[in-house]
Amino acid sequence: MEKFTIVQSRAIPLAIENIDTDQIIPARFLKATDRKGFGNNVFRDWRFDKEGNLNVGFALNDAKYSGEILVTGHNFGCGSSREHAAWAIGDYGFKVVVSSFFADIFKGNALNNGLLPVEVSPEFLKQLLDTIIENPETEIKVDLKAQTITLLGTGESESFEINDYKKTCLLNGYDDIDYLLNQKEKIEKFEQQNS
Amino acid sequence: MGKTLFDKVWDKHVVDSIPDGPQILYIDKHLIHEVTSPQAFSVLEERNIPLLRPKQIVATADHNTPTVNQHLPIKDILSRNQLAKLTKNCAKNNIELYGLGHENNGIIHVIAPELGITQPGMTMVCGDSHTSTHGAFGAIAFGIGTSQVAQVFASQCLLLDKPKSMRISVNGKLQNGVLPKDVALYVIAKLGTDAGTGHFIEFSGDVFEKMTMEGRMTVCNMSIEMGARGGMIAPDQTTYDYVKGRDFAPINIAFDEKVAEWNSLKTDVNATFNAEYTFEASDIAPMITYGTNPGMGIKISGNIPENNNESFKKSLAYMGFEKGESLIGKQINYVFLGSCTNSRIEDFRVAANYIKGKQKAVNINAWLVPGSQRVAKQIKEEGLDEIFVEAGFELRQPGCSACLAMNEDKIPEGEYCVSTSNRNFEGRQGQGAKTLLASPLVAAATAIEGKIIDITKYLN
Repeated sequence: MEKFTIVQSRAIPLAIENIDTDQIIPARFLKATDRKGFGNNVFRDWRFDKEGNLNVGFALNDAKYSGEILVTGHNFGCGSSREHAAWAIGDYGFKVVVSSFFADIFKGNALNNGLLPVEVSPEFLKQLLDTIIENPETEIKVDLKAQTITLLGTGESESFEINDYKKTCLLNGYDDIDYLLNQKEKIEKFEQQNS
Repeated sequence: MGKTLFDKVWDKHVVDSIPDGPQILYIDKHLIHEVTSPQAFSVLEERNIPLLRPKQIVATADHNTPTVNQHLPIKDILSRNQLAKLTKNCAKNNIELYGLGHENNGIIHVIAPELGITQPGMTMVCGDSHTSTHGAFGAIAFGIGTSQVAQVFASQCLLLDKPKSMRISVNGKLQNGVLPKDVALYVIAKLGTDAGTGHFIEFSGDVFEKMTMEGRMTVCNMSIEMGARGGMIAPDQTTYDYVKGRDFAPINIAFDEKVAEWNSLKTDVNATFNAEYTFEASDIAPMITYGTNPGMGIKISGNIPENNNESFKKSLAYMGFEKGESLIGKQINYVFLGSCTNSRIEDFRVAANYIKGKQKAVNINAWLVPGSQRVAKQIKEEGLDEIFVEAGFELRQPGCSACLAMNEDKIPEGEYCVSTSNRNFEGRQGQGAKTLLASPLVAAATAIEGKIIDITKYLN
């Protein structure tokens, strides 16, 4: 996994609540057996109409928005456990997803793929969305080490939570398999005691 | 302080705790299917890591499989490739696979309980969010992502922060025609799709105590739809009677010893929960959803609520409904009876009981999809298939089918479908399809009438 430190970029606003993983990547695209290429179909049925034409009104297709940060409504990533949702968002080029609330499984999947879910207060989320929509050139800085997210234009900032273990993993590019493989003795001992 | 049912099962499976970090949780059973496993197998292959405990894994093909002509080669090349990969990965790693056509094949959350693989006190995971189903047995069961599938392959463990606890009690007696699905939809409508996030739910009270195992599975299955990782119900005599005699259940003295152990899996009287909610059974009526998340549900005789939230308006616009309106009398052309929520024998009995002696409405296309080969067999043994055929329906072959529309079973653009599945998200059952979630009884009634009716009036 790539190391994560600081991301500074413009952001794309998606002010919709309860975005489920079926919207992020519809089930008909889950037939691939590798992790690459899902970005082509991220938010497929919102980005394109049924004839495959670009829906120009949708934020990801709107030329005035760009960046590696996706700012979304409350309860992002609910529904299916498909990790393809995190792969699709990462593959499209995002490194950070900001929301006031994330569904559990999506959050875990994102962290396992070096995609940082940043949970902010509903007030700060509104401010982020309003600012980006008003001035799409606004840059946002996400600093994992300091655990802060900052609107660079105004300097307004909020800190976010992340557990120490996951933070260490992201900063160093480690994943859980590395850690668990080192615990093999403990695991085998546990099995013997509980058999 | 006392322990909850969840604490008891969780604590018994903790291998170690990382200071200021997650815990290492041991996983007893790992269920896999064709869609979320191939990338996990690749990770292990790329890193040259062997699977630690292949005997604790059970595989099936369900998400992607056709529900007609299963004996023929699958037409869609990507689906065929995904199934071939599962077969190859399972053979290579000595994993038991109940593939297409096998007598044990079916939806993973239907077959594991019916084979007796699911047992009280276990930890179980699967790369599928509806793994919560198995909590009906007093197991800790939850859905995981593919990276975690790889972690369990490699170590039979997961690194997790212990979730918070929630108890939902429903007391009293359910009214006629109110099914476990209605209880789940009612609770989700009351609490919302995010209320359970970060929690494991214990369902308690008269209603769940009196419920059959299949009903308990329906309720626990839907706990993910309120955001919870899983739901649980304390094991009791109903649980033991269900498990006893199944293929993978312990036998004789071993079974009795297990029951003695399972009897301790109850929340202590002095245990506390992070959140508690209590509902009255008599307040619950047959339910139906009108929007694009499972929390957007109303009593079938009720009206769509008024709400000016933008996401709410977007949802109603997608569904083609107006705030304040009733759904009674709306023409429906599609009905789906199936999915890991409602595709067990009791669901087909409910439908057959209503349908018997009636005729399918001419405008209706109904897909009746049993959850497993065994359910399909039992439907025939009980003669339910004849009732369906006489009424103008046909049974399909087992699989996830139109619940997520990965195979050919897609609801056409713009059509409404009354569905016994678990999610009414935009396009879930096919691009542009509009899903209304309901119980098998409401689905059967819709299939006969060709429109939504107030089922309560017909029952009383």
